[in-house]
Amino acid sequence: MGKWSRRGFISAGVIAAGGLLVGVAIRPGNRAAKLSDSGAANGEKLLHIWLKLDRNNIVTAIVPHSEMGQGVGTALAQMLADELDADWNLVKFEEAPATGEFANYSILKAMLPSGGSDLPGFVLPSINGALITTAQALDLQITGGSISVRSTGAFGMRIAGAAVKEMLRNAAAEAWRVPVNEVIARDSQLVHQSSGRVEPFATFIDAAAEMTPPASPQLKQSSEFKIMGHHVERHDIPSKVDGTATFALDVRLPDMLYATVRRAPTFGGGIKTLDDSQARAIKGVVDIIQLPSADVSRTLGSFSTADSIAVVAEGYWPAKQGLDNLKIDWHETENDSVSSDSIFQQFDRDISANVDRESDISEGNLDAAMAGAKQIIEADYRVPYLAHMCMEPLNATAEVKNGRCEIWVGCQNPLGFRQAVADALGFDIDNVTVHNCLMGGGFGRKSLADYAIQAALLAAQVGRPVQLIWTREEEVRQDFYRPAVQSRFRAALDEEGHLTAWENTYVDKHEPVEAPLIPYAVAARDIGHVSSPTHIPFGAWRSVAHSQHCFFTESFIDEVAAAAGQDPYEYRAARLAHRPRQLAVLQKVAEAADWGRPLAAGRGRGISLQQGFGSIVAQVVEVSITGGEVQVDRVVAAVDAGFAVSPDGLTAQIESGIVYGLTAALYGEITIENGAVKESNFNDYQMLRMSAMPKIETHIINSGNPMGGAGEPGTPPIAPALTNAIFNATGQRIRQLPIKNIDLQGLS
Amino acid sequence: MTLINVNGTQHKLQVDPSTPLLWVLREQLNLTGTKFGCGISQCGACTVHVNGVATLSCITPLSAVDGQSISTIEGLAPSPDQLHPLQQSWIDEQVPQCGYCQSGQLMRAANLLAHNPSPSDADIDVAMAGNICRCGMYNRIRKAIKSAAGVQQFDPSQPTEGLANG
Repeated sequence: MGKWSRRGFISAGVIAAGGLLVGVAIRPGNRAAKLSDSGAANGEKLLHIWLKLDRNNIVTAIVPHSEMGQGVGTALAQMLADELDADWNLVKFEEAPATGEFANYSILKAMLPSGGSDLPGFVLPSINGALITTAQALDLQITGGSISVRSTGAFGMRIAGAAVKEMLRNAAAEAWRVPVNEVIARDSQLVHQSSGRVEPFATFIDAAAEMTPPASPQLKQSSEFKIMGHHVERHDIPSKVDGTATFALDVRLPDMLYATVRRAPTFGGGIKTLDDSQARAIKGVVDIIQLPSADVSRTLGSFSTADSIAVVAEGYWPAKQGLDNLKIDWHETENDSVSSDSIFQQFDRDISANVDRESDISEGNLDAAMAGAKQIIEADYRVPYLAHMCMEPLNATAEVKNGRCEIWVGCQNPLGFRQAVADALGFDIDNVTVHNCLMGGGFGRKSLADYAIQAALLAAQVGRPVQLIWTREEEVRQDFYRPAVQSRFRAALDEEGHLTAWENTYVDKHEPVEAPLIPYAVAARDIGHVSSPTHIPFGAWRSVAHSQHCFFTESFIDEVAAAAGQDPYEYRAARLAHRPRQLAVLQKVAEAADWGRPLAAGRGRGISLQQGFGSIVAQVVEVSITGGEVQVDRVVAAVDAGFAVSPDGLTAQIESGIVYGLTAALYGEITIENGAVKESNFNDYQMLRMSAMPKIETHIINSGNPMGGAGEPGTPPIAPALTNAIFNATGQRIRQLPIKNIDLQGLS
Repeated sequence: MTLINVNGTQHKLQVDPSTPLLWVLREQLNLTGTKFGCGISQCGACTVHVNGVATLSCITPLSAVDGQSISTIEGLAPSPDQLHPLQQSWIDEQVPQCGYCQSGQLMRAANLLAHNPSPSDADIDVAMAGNICRCGMYNRIRKAIKSAAGVQQFDPSQPTEGLANG
């Protein structure tokens, strides 16, 4: 709490409809102010408004994060309602509008110990990097980096709930003329036990609004939680079983047209010649538009609008028919001969050349340790580019008229999208309204505004509302991919098999910076990277750089254990004495998975450990290999996210993260041919389906550490746990993903 | 002119008969619960029932369903104040995350239970093979199907009060 009181203040006021509105803002010092004048005093603005209480005693948590499946609204409302001692049945939540009042950059920056360097990587390009070092409040409203519970929830929702409870108790005590310590809050009511007085919260709205909210209200101990840590049903689920949930694709506006789009397949290419005569002849096609050049400099590095050709029609189907009938010659580019093979050759060459290598960390005397080693092992690992493949294809609906733009979109950064659309149209941001909708998956892809910009430019040109819907093929071929990476390792072992040196060089640094580090004790280590840029656009992909580096490091430590002739679990555990939290998670997963139990021939078991996004996850995988086919039988996960606010939500997110990572490990591969992406749709970019689904058991450890994230930490450990299990079953070490490319014949 | 019955209501449509049923439902009839995922019959998000048979609406031209009865997610519940047993078990098991694929999952599962009231795991694997869930909630879907299997009472393909198929 000390951190909060130094940086924030809380303010309250009565809103127009007569309800109480309480918010938290960031400013130096520990001052309180009324909501209404909070912006006036020093030109500062209220950045967060979290809680509304209305005359019907309904509490609304205002959630400045986007819903893409993770259940964020429910978890954050639990945190607020518990501190308030509200009746969960009288609690709702709604997503905050995309306005500066709900920017969450500042709260992140203020609250993170690193002062912002722990921000999710995808934020960095979207704010042009350099700005992050400034003290300005930036208009960002991001959902990513598994931040919602651990920042907004821990530093906003809980404090708002606790502060309002104190205000209401004080208001009741005054009205009843009793000492405040005799008034308790319970189930959205205030109770004075000795006199038997009971009144709903709403009775005291006006009195509470006159009070100055406490800046450092008393928060509950975890043993006092009644809603946090308990199972509650997600509020959004009923609408997702009867077809009424409204995703961006479901937006309907009067007089709306539909459109679909194609960009130059080779990234960086442009349109050389276009013959649209056949497309224009299709019934229902309204127009064919090459998008104008637009300013996207603030949002997207490598995206150009002018290489997009769109077909606008009375429906998606004629638009799609039009697209299929366009005859386009694309400009040649300097990347026309680039392939996955040439990219990996480049990576290999650049790692070997070792030019301008930068160390992430360098400790101990690596050369001496290598020189004195009993055994040195070396290996190179590679992972391919990956697409995101959200179930809902990218889409946005825009209307531009009278110098204003309204846009309906599902995105992970509504304020950033608002700025991006304003820039592209040349509008002031005040003339752009973003209506953020439910997302049919996000996974990092919907943090980048290319599709919203396209829709806005089309609507501006057409003069009618336009719903732009990407084909699945466009989605596969115009992604901001998880980067392909090669990573080279060298380790030294002494006579007893102890790890004495760890050397690692990989291509290209991405967020978060700590991803390549290992938790295991080693006297000498040098981990660093060389630059090896390609023309393939990249972006955040669920768990960002952890997804590649966890595969690399947790596989190579397994190789080290095998070279030492030791059990991979015991070997890891022996090197975690200085990391008791990690050790506890590793021990928990081993115990839950019955690690020592022998397996039948053809079966194998593998383990991995990962820290990221404030949480620690360990996984054990059991596989069967039959006729060269891998069947993943069972995944056991242990997770320490500090405290599980929503245990079923955390369990579901870990399961989801495992399936996302497992799908990638087994099948995921974007192949580059002639500078472009070869894959096109689910037929050649395979997904895990029901029949391949393993049993998953998730074990939650409430360690009492600061709350960690849930959406991403489940993803990284699955790939190495799986390939380590395959090694255990077959003796074959898998150093390149996906597994579908590995010939396991003859090993079963 | 094409005639179709959707969730008990007759519609006369002046639409290019090659248009996939998916887009007719979503754009002409404003039934947006049925989702677009791939357009090539690979993901199952567009699953509806045509005469009680689970059908991928993204590759089914309107001309192929002329005169037929179609049920969508909006018509899965037997009445406005009653859920289909699968919808209830989907809530009980907290199945959806993003929820985008769930209309298709539910329509496919309803078709399975209509023809096989107590499916085995292998039956579920086969029936649900065409439906992708990128949030990875397959185990919850399986569990929800099994828990609903015991109480299956309503087949959306059969005429009932409030759902005048036919």
